[in-house]
Amino acid sequence: MIRLPLILFFSAGLFSVGVYGVLARRNAVLVLMSIELMLNAVNVNLVAFSQLWHDLTGQVFALFVIAVAAAEVGIGLALVILIYRNRETININEVNLLKW
Amino acid sequence: MVAETAALAPSFFVKYTWLIAFLPFVSAALTLFVGKRTPGKGTVYGITAMAVGLVMSLGVLWHFVNNGGPYEANVSWFQIGPLGMQLGEYVDGLTAIMLVVVTAISLCVHVYSLGYMKDDVRYTWFYVVLSLFTGAMLNVVIASNLFQLLVGWEVMGVCSYLLIGHWWEDKTNSNAAIKAFITTRVGDVPFMFGIFALIFATGFTTSNIQVIGHTVAEGHVSSALVAGAALLLFGGTIGKSAQFPLHVWLPDAMAGPTPVSALIHAATMVAAGVYLVGRLFEVFVHADPFVLQTVGVVGAITMLGAAFLAFVQDDIKRVLAYSTVSQLAYMVVGMSMGPAGRTAGFFHLFTHAFFKALLFLGAGSVIHAVHSNNMSEMGGLRKKLPITFWTFLIGSLALAGVPPLAGFWSKDELLVVADHTGHTVLFAVLLATALLTAFYMTRAVLLTFFGEYRGHAHPHESPKTMTGVLVALAAASIGVGLLGAPQLGSVFGSWVFFGEVEKAVFVPWVAGVSVAAAALGIVFGWLVYRTYQERDPIRALGPAYTLLDQKYYMDTFYMKGIVFPIRDKVSAGVYWINQHVIDGAVNATAPLTKLAARFVNAFDRKAIDGAVNGAAQTAGFTGGILRYVQSGNVQRYAAFLFAAVVIFAIIFTRV
Repeated sequence: MIRLPLILFFSAGLFSVGVYGVLARRNAVLVLMSIELMLNAVNVNLVAFSQLWHDLTGQVFALFVIAVAAAEVGIGLALVILIYRNRETININEVNLLKW
Repeated sequence: MVAETAALAPSFFVKYTWLIAFLPFVSAALTLFVGKRTPGKGTVYGITAMAVGLVMSLGVLWHFVNNGGPYEANVSWFQIGPLGMQLGEYVDGLTAIMLVVVTAISLCVHVYSLGYMKDDVRYTWFYVVLSLFTGAMLNVVIASNLFQLLVGWEVMGVCSYLLIGHWWEDKTNSNAAIKAFITTRVGDVPFMFGIFALIFATGFTTSNIQVIGHTVAEGHVSSALVAGAALLLFGGTIGKSAQFPLHVWLPDAMAGPTPVSALIHAATMVAAGVYLVGRLFEVFVHADPFVLQTVGVVGAITMLGAAFLAFVQDDIKRVLAYSTVSQLAYMVVGMSMGPAGRTAGFFHLFTHAFFKALLFLGAGSVIHAVHSNNMSEMGGLRKKLPITFWTFLIGSLALAGVPPLAGFWSKDELLVVADHTGHTVLFAVLLATALLTAFYMTRAVLLTFFGEYRGHAHPHESPKTMTGVLVALAAASIGVGLLGAPQLGSVFGSWVFFGEVEKAVFVPWVAGVSVAAAALGIVFGWLVYRTYQERDPIRALGPAYTLLDQKYYMDTFYMKGIVFPIRDKVSAGVYWINQHVIDGAVNATAPLTKLAARFVNAFDRKAIDGAVNGAAQTAGFTGGILRYVQSGNVQRYAAFLFAAVVIFAIIFTRV
């Protein structure tokens, strides 16, 4: 059986990669993918603790997160497509109308 | 006569005497506001009010014919500290007599003016002021307190001014109006101080005439205060009743329309001064004897002086004006001789009102016919104006004191009183004036009605409204004297008395000398003016004539001694003060205001605008800084978000 700290370190690394992706990547699709990484890092944590405590709630919760993540990516990709249609780019630095 | 006691219950008329004084004010207001839209230009209101007033006045008099007692009623007006001011009426025999005189003469004048003032430019206005004047005079007569009396007194002064200056387009007339107003005002100032002195004597509690009378009679007031108050009050009389040395306004007041002269300057307003002395007689009687002596001396000087002045006048109205001054002095002298003299004086006021109004209105009728006031342009009017001639003759004989006309009885009574109270000098002066009066009236009648007509108009008898009034007044001039005739019981004395009922007595030798004086005057007049001479025979007096012609230089003295210095020196001083002090102050204020305005402006711009702009700028500045945070870059927002989460995590986990 894999020891818990190992799993937590893995999850933290995965989350950090996701954060880096969200903050640093210019491509909107990659940003979305990075968000998926962060969500799945959370899922790993949930499952790990579920295993530790012998409580299935964590695993059920992980399933929910996967479902929501699927929906989120669906909407996110739809938005990316719309942006691309309007502006011929998916570079997130150029989508900066949300300001004064 | 019904033998009623003094406790006779006051009748309706006595209780509502105030209505008599109130009605003319109503009619004045009606005439003023709706007069021009009423048929007859609004004259109907005044005449109705006077007629109703006369009837009510006779009703009031009837109470006293039946030996009724005095009646007083007051309502509270206002309060100044302890001094309670009231409005009220005090009705006794004297009030009743005055009411009858005023309403009767006023009614006559109202009716007479229908003819005389016809086609006047300010016909309706004339009636407004006539009514207002009558109301004011009646207010003086019924007033139960000095304050109310003063109000009526002053309103009369204003009406007098308005009526004398009725034809103000002519500068002479408005000057005469101003002169009358200011001269009477000179007397009014001491009068007001007298009122204050009397209110002071009651300890500032009331201005009620009866209360003041009691207070003074009980002797709680210092004699100096009473004497001072009496003399000050007499100042009002000197002004209003045209006594020496303030008589100068009355002859000039003849500039007004003749009915005005008859109403105001012969029968009513000038009598107010005499009435004042009679009404406050308690004060005069209880003052130092010196006061009544002063009154007598002033009266005597006025009487003789004015009678002489009447000699040299060419203007018929001025003859009558000086005669009025002289006759008013008769009444004043009467007042100075004590209670009996008071009754005699008021009897003379009563009779004089009728025959002097008659004479003035007769003169008005003549002036109406020949369009001139000057007797040198009259003459021979006896045939052309028969009614005017006969009535004027009756008036003249009454004034001269020919028995049995009204003037004889009242003059005789005055002479008797002078004799009985031992006023020898006054007796002589009264007698001499009677002679002079007869002389100048004979002169006036002869110059006006006898000889040949010397004017250029076409004289014609006046309309019925005028002659009717003349006839009525002539009848009164014959009849009213009998009210005081000793042979007929002297009923007048039972109405107007002070203390106890005055019974006039008939002294044959006094009546004899009185008639002799009148006859002598008439005969002298006849001899001198029998035939008309281009040069007035009176000029034969030489320097004396010049003195009279210049009115004893009194007008000159007033002009050069008082008016001009005030006008030139004082007004120059006032002008200087105006230029330097007042204008200086005004001019100095301007820079100050400018300075203040500049400061306020700066404050407005710097402080207030500054605060507003500052708030805006601060907001703008802060916003300018904060706007860099809002870059629109979603990743930067996310970075903030994560940073915040990390910071909060550190804080809340207390690592």
